[in-house]
Amino acid sequence: MDLFEYQAKQLFAAHGVPVGLGEVADTPEQAREIAERIGGVVVVKAQVKTGGRGKAGGVKVAKTPDDAYAAAQAILGMDIKGHTVHRVLVDPGAQIEEEYYFSYLLDRSNRTFLCMASAEGGMEIEELAVTRPEALARVPVDATVGVDLAKAREILTQANFPAEVLDTAAETAVKLWETFVEQDATLVEINPLARVSTSGAGESVLALDGKVSLDDNANFRQAGNAALVDVAAADPLEAKAKEKHLNYVKLDGEVGIIGNGAGLVMSTLDVVAYAGEKHGNVKPANFLDIGGGASAEVMANGLDIILGDQSVRSVFVNVFGGITACDAVANGIVTALSMLGDSASKPLIVRLDGNNVEEGRRILAEAAHPLVTLAETMDEGADLAASAAHNANPGA
Amino acid sequence: MAIFLNAESKVIVQGMTGSEGMKHTRRMLASGTNIVGGVNPRKAGESVDVDGTSVPVFGSVADAMGKTGADVSVLFVPPAFTKDAMVEAIDAEIPLAVVITEGVPVHDTTHAWAYNQAKGERTRIVGPNCPGLISPGKSNAGIIPADITKSGPIGLVSKSGTLTYQMMYELRDLGFSTCVGIGGDPVIGTTHIDCLRAFQDDDETQAIVMIGEIGGDAEERAAAFIAEHVTKPVVGYVAGFTAPEGKTMGHAGAIVSGSSGTAQAKKEALEAAGVRVGKTPSETARLMRELLG
Repeated sequence: MDLFEYQAKQLFAAHGVPVGLGEVADTPEQAREIAERIGGVVVVKAQVKTGGRGKAGGVKVAKTPDDAYAAAQAILGMDIKGHTVHRVLVDPGAQIEEEYYFSYLLDRSNRTFLCMASAEGGMEIEELAVTRPEALARVPVDATVGVDLAKAREILTQANFPAEVLDTAAETAVKLWETFVEQDATLVEINPLARVSTSGAGESVLALDGKVSLDDNANFRQAGNAALVDVAAADPLEAKAKEKHLNYVKLDGEVGIIGNGAGLVMSTLDVVAYAGEKHGNVKPANFLDIGGGASAEVMANGLDIILGDQSVRSVFVNVFGGITACDAVANGIVTALSMLGDSASKPLIVRLDGNNVEEGRRILAEAAHPLVTLAETMDEGADLAASAAHNANPGA
Repeated sequence: MAIFLNAESKVIVQGMTGSEGMKHTRRMLASGTNIVGGVNPRKAGESVDVDGTSVPVFGSVADAMGKTGADVSVLFVPPAFTKDAMVEAIDAEIPLAVVITEGVPVHDTTHAWAYNQAKGERTRIVGPNCPGLISPGKSNAGIIPADITKSGPIGLVSKSGTLTYQMMYELRDLGFSTCVGIGGDPVIGTTHIDCLRAFQDDDETQAIVMIGEIGGDAEERAAAFIAEHVTKPVVGYVAGFTAPEGKTMGHAGAIVSGSSGTAQAKKEALEAAGVRVGKTPSETARLMRELLG
């Protein structure tokens, strides 16, 4: 799960990472009130889960509360790379002396954690990695050892951080590591990490922007994660599927897909898309993995979600019975269809193979449901489903 | 010979007494696997009757190894306890630990992997979030159905479980030396490359099927390895051509981020290494038949 900037910075603050953090506004009026509370110069920033918002005009400096109102009015509702802005963050302005870059992330290729740091922050890190790779320190972090002050200083020195900020930046680096580990994050990034002048208090650094990705597998021990989910942005069908503990992703096509196992379902999407090339270019409408135990209830829930998608014109059920027996799947389909009754109105192509397949096919043949067609192979099933979607009268 | 797992393998099950552990211990025994024990500290000293076979329960992996000579452990431990179970297996220096559990936090896996490396990598870890591996007719460590196919000349390595079963089924008349499901998580213990190397060195394996999917760069690395080190014919398949950017497709590792991790890039890398890549599982099976025919 990726977080919004304001959520990322709230997490940082909770772990003692110094942040420049104001408040979130949904309306221009709120933005004005926040700016009044903060006093002085503020920065109004679009909250979207994509990069390049500065270039898109999603970040504006406002000198007065009225300026903040105008900035929020301009930014709210803006489309940034397909993301609509529903919320802005109004941050206190900062006197920036220098900008740095600092992050920890999962380096899956090397099966370790990686720290990336640079004394040249501010710009997009992908750009820096290409234009000035020597300016970006990449330091592997051993998961069993972690980052202490000594390790942090080593990283920062390698990244050419100036001597006068080493102490304060090292403290921040250690706190950010704690954030990374304690939140089960796969990415924590500060860009920019700014050196700011604070009169009389010496040098200090401040996280002015933050990115965090969290590991969904850790939700069982991260009670706070549920509150971070952006419920409003979720597709309604995806939200409904999640409630039923179904692994569903909405796509743009017309052929509904149900299968077991992530790899086989991904493969099914591809095979349907290829078959669609011969049938009016119909495409898969979704990813739905019903997993190992395809009970009647799971099958009914899956079919219910897929048939709730108005663009679906046919459904392809592609199951390889490994642990799951095909007779259980077949019974699941028959029961699901009777549970759904008249709301099951689209042709259903079913391909079963593997464990107890003869019995599964026999059950479906015997039930002889008018909507169900049995396919012998995955390729044939995909072809029949694509053809049925192409020939169906849209909306009927 | 097969790779990693053979008829002599002595297998223990961590988490055997749980419901999943029990179900699959029964299946593994039925398919001829030499199960020599289970591990559960709270039931140490007891025995469990599995369809007429009495399986002893030990207090630790080390104890089980000492008393039975076990050299393989299969883990059916809930996600919250998987890291500790992996660390226990690593500490005991068991040669092969197969982690079936789905939903293990990636910090835990990364930690266990770092620990294994620090200990000199004496344990081969397969998984997590994998179906395990089978050397048909010899031994079965995990949840792969044993009755799909038989022993034969093809080696198979795959990130996905059901896609492994599908490919075994497509080529069931030819048979397999070993099929390894390495798992779909971002961090896994045994990679495509580890399996390719072992298949290259295995006398029984004449040709290799490699199944990949979107996310990461494991397939690209495997392609580079094949170009350098693999002389046996390799056929490839990559799932997820139609997957959109930024959406996770079931497996925690299956996500296309930016321009990296796409099926197209993986296919091109494999083809550049001389691997024939099928568009679908059935076409991939056809390519394998041409190679062996």
